Amino acid sequence: MKAGKILTNGLIKENPVFKMALGACPALAVTVSAINGIGMGLATTAVLIGSNTVISLTKKLIPSRVRIPAYITIIAGFVTIIQFLLKAYLPELDNALGIFIPLIVVNCVVLGRAEAFASKNSLRSSIIDGVGMGLGFTLALFIIGSIRELFGEGKLFGFEITANLFDPATLMILAPGGFLTFGIVIGIINKISASRVEHKGCSACPMPCDLASKEKEVKG
Amino acid sequence: MREIIIIVLSAVLVENFVLTQFLGVCPFIGVSKRINTALGMGGAVIFVMTFASAITKLVFDYLLEPNSLEYLNIIAFILVIASLVQFVEIVLKRFVPPLYKALGIYLPLITTNCAVLGMALMGIEREYSLGATVLFGLGAGLGFTLALVLFAGVREKLEENDIPESLKGFSISLIAAALVSVAFFGFQGLF
Repeated sequence: MKAGKILTNGLIKENPVFKMALGACPALAVTVSAINGIGMGLATTAVLIGSNTVISLTKKLIPSRVRIPAYITIIAGFVTIIQFLLKAYLPELDNALGIFIPLIVVNCVVLGRAEAFASKNSLRSSIIDGVGMGLGFTLALFIIGSIRELFGEGKLFGFEITANLFDPATLMILAPGGFLTFGIVIGIINKISASRVEHKGCSACPMPCDLASKEKEVKG
Repeated sequence: MREIIIIVLSAVLVENFVLTQFLGVCPFIGVSKRINTALGMGGAVIFVMTFASAITKLVFDYLLEPNSLEYLNIIAFILVIASLVQFVEIVLKRFVPPLYKALGIYLPLITTNCAVLGMALMGIEREYSLGATVLFGLGAGLGFTLALVLFAGVREKLEENDIPESLKGFSISLIAAALVSVAFFGFQGLF
């Protein structure tokens, strides 16, 4: 595959949040402002590039029966590194994102790309895929974060935007606003794109939290 | 006694994992189409969370902290949870077949449920005692189940309604979740 194609695939065509409905937890939880969305997105991107690189390099060494625990351990290692870097250099962002930094470990986007892409493709393609998917994730979080910050606080990146236009609705930066914004954005994407966004559980994920696929497996 | 009630009730209602903290949204949307499956998934989560809270706490107190390895907590916890889930599955299958039949298919889905890892990390962060950690795990599991079952009820009703084409599916589920989440805000400031 061409590098450009892999890159735009993650950004738009198969955007992990808007098209595949993956990583819903961080997409809802940390997006109270545009800057938090970007911060979380870039932290995940860094982990994704790291884990894709190592998994692509070791794909021949890891026996396929223990690959999932091996992937999770590799990902957890990178998450620990990112957590320390954030604590040291960007303590404010680390505080704002809180528990969702360590929870990158169980983000379906990261494990999903390890299984679906990095374990089958060359090092170069895997790194580009990590960048593309990571930036796609960042873009989605940035969009949701901007909408919530704009309507919830009347600001964007901390600057007043709607000072005298309307009273900001605090609800938008609280939990219900997260669900509402995400739901409406998905609705708009359904409207303008040809196919409907379906929550596939995490069917891109080797350990799906989607019931249907598991039922099949259990019943054979 | 008072403390016990506060820890459990606040984990169930005030800081409900799914609806106020966005932990475990994926299974919340994925497994809430019918009340039966919601109950099954909820049961499995309660089970694993209660055990995982105790074991991660013990691992942290007796293995990581004395050796100043706290920074390995993410790796250690995810491995504990993954192996615990596997272990529970094997034990149930062998010794309590009826329970395995009820919860079995949900168990493997729990490892990547961020509510479980989130609960373990939060318990450590808040420096709960062992007993309090277990109660917190139990409460978090109960809260997850409550949210899941309530929401499954809402979704069963939703199916009969006339919904605009582009909002169908994932989109309307999230919007409905927003309303359920507003309801849970009523519990804020309970304690």
